[in-house]
Amino acid sequence: MSHTTTHAISPEFNLISDWISPNSRVLDLGCGDGKLLTHLMKSKQVSGYGMEIDAQKNIAAIQAGINVIHSNLDNHDLTHYFDADSFDFVIMTQALQVVKRPDELLDDMLAIGKQSIITFPNFGHWRMRAQLVLQGRMPETETLPYHWYDTPNIHLCTFNDFEDLCESKGIEVVERAVVNSEHRSTLGMRLLPNLLGEVALYKVQKKRA
Amino acid sequence: MIPTPTIPQILQVDKPLQMVSGATLPRYELIYETYGELNADASNAILICHALSGDHHVAGVDADGKPGWWDGYIGPGKPIDTDQFFVVCSNNLGGCRGSTGPTSINPDNGRIYGPDFPIVTCRDWVNSQNELRQHLGIEQWAALVGGSMGGMQVLQWAIDYPEKVRHAVVIAAAPKLSAQNIAFNEVARRAIMSDPEFHNGRFIEAGTTPKTGLALARMLGHLTYLSDDMMGNKFGRELREGKLQYNYEVEFQVESYLRYQGEKFATKQNFDANTYLLMTKALDYFDPAAEYEHDLSAALAKATAKFLVVSFTSDWRFSPQRSHEIVKALLDNDADVSYAEVTSEHGHDAFLLPNAHYEGVFRAYMARVAAELPQGDSK
Repeated sequence: MSHTTTHAISPEFNLISDWISPNSRVLDLGCGDGKLLTHLMKSKQVSGYGMEIDAQKNIAAIQAGINVIHSNLDNHDLTHYFDADSFDFVIMTQALQVVKRPDELLDDMLAIGKQSIITFPNFGHWRMRAQLVLQGRMPETETLPYHWYDTPNIHLCTFNDFEDLCESKGIEVVERAVVNSEHRSTLGMRLLPNLLGEVALYKVQKKRA
Repeated sequence: MIPTPTIPQILQVDKPLQMVSGATLPRYELIYETYGELNADASNAILICHALSGDHHVAGVDADGKPGWWDGYIGPGKPIDTDQFFVVCSNNLGGCRGSTGPTSINPDNGRIYGPDFPIVTCRDWVNSQNELRQHLGIEQWAALVGGSMGGMQVLQWAIDYPEKVRHAVVIAAAPKLSAQNIAFNEVARRAIMSDPEFHNGRFIEAGTTPKTGLALARMLGHLTYLSDDMMGNKFGRELREGKLQYNYEVEFQVESYLRYQGEKFATKQNFDANTYLLMTKALDYFDPAAEYEHDLSAALAKATAKFLVVSFTSDWRFSPQRSHEIVKALLDNDADVSYAEVTSEHGHDAFLLPNAHYEGVFRAYMARVAAELPQGDSK
């Protein structure tokens, strides 16, 4: 278990941690080896579960000492397993773009959680746009290092796309942070997030009627 | 190095057992084996619960050189590490491997129990095992671990004796049998009971055994342990003689295999037919939610153990969906639970077989159980 404690916590996780209130109930979708949840348990005394589809990561998460449910986010497992408002936060880092129906998953997340925290890579970043416009090829970058044919990222979107989806679903953006691949934010990113931001962190909730 | 053979021990319980059926067992014996050493504060004990045809010899090698039925997963350095844990496994009451059962003598009349042995349920097993727990000086099990029927017994323990169970590992189990499960059991029972050698259950006194019926029951049971894919890969339509014979002899390899399994069970392993009937009935009756208006979440509300639930993708006897029901009920109670759905082509039998994901999960979880033990106990 020492490797989880000595490992540096990524800046993205620190940003998420800042958005989480202490003693919350948290569900981490695509929890991987459980690093984020372990961090939140220590820093914010949260309780809850991780969900993970990959067998090796499933093992690693158990090793890390978290409660992990091996499951496929494409199967509507969330609403099967959890009642409405079961969690204060449903978190999903860097997984929105790999699921079959991000829009339906977003609905499910906000059905079982009061708020959701979602992070994803921005396909509207200028380097993506430049590769497509200038080279006429699907972009490959450090944040998205795959070829078009083998990428697990089947539903890439821009920040604007995501915010449009939220708007159409009556979902309110409570907080947003836009950072580069080193998870730092600059003035330019704050002014032109959809052009200059590489990774976005959103905290969203259903609009109150 | 030749390992020391495992030696079973017998606990004689003189306290009558009030059974769920209403019957009372005035006294009984439980046969069990232990592996590893109980630590100073008796906090490292693990109870293994066996499946339908299993017994107390779960690990190590016995005096006849036979390895335990789960030896692959229990032993020094194995997922259930006997260098860290004190492992206990007993033969269920009603069994035929040394615990009091239909082949034992009924003290009331000096006759072999046979069909008079009272119907046992999962709860009766748990109550009798609780006597064993007290006898061994164990206040709380570090973990209860079981697959299939054994997994159900673990659930029952967690519900009936919440304060005695720290961790519950429920593998390839279900919260209750489906109509199809019960139907398979009923066909198996009919096969046994309609064998002319059954003699209304008094076959031992008649100097015989209902071999044919028992073998048929086992063939049927065995089918439900295997997956279609696995049978397809292993046997396909392969013929024993290389060409079709156009008769009723064994032609396909799969027929030969099933017959062998049935024969082995009924003759070589000498499994008691009355025990088979009892075990299948106990499975049929298992339904802990029934006393809670069929609400499994309510049934598990009292459980305080932390859970690991494991299922196997090709298991159609107790499919992953059945494990989802257990997981969901635990999640409803905000219980500590982890779940793994292991990809395997080996059907229900997979819980006894090597598999990297399964072993990884099992090992990682048991390491967590071990990490809670007082310092200095682990090597």
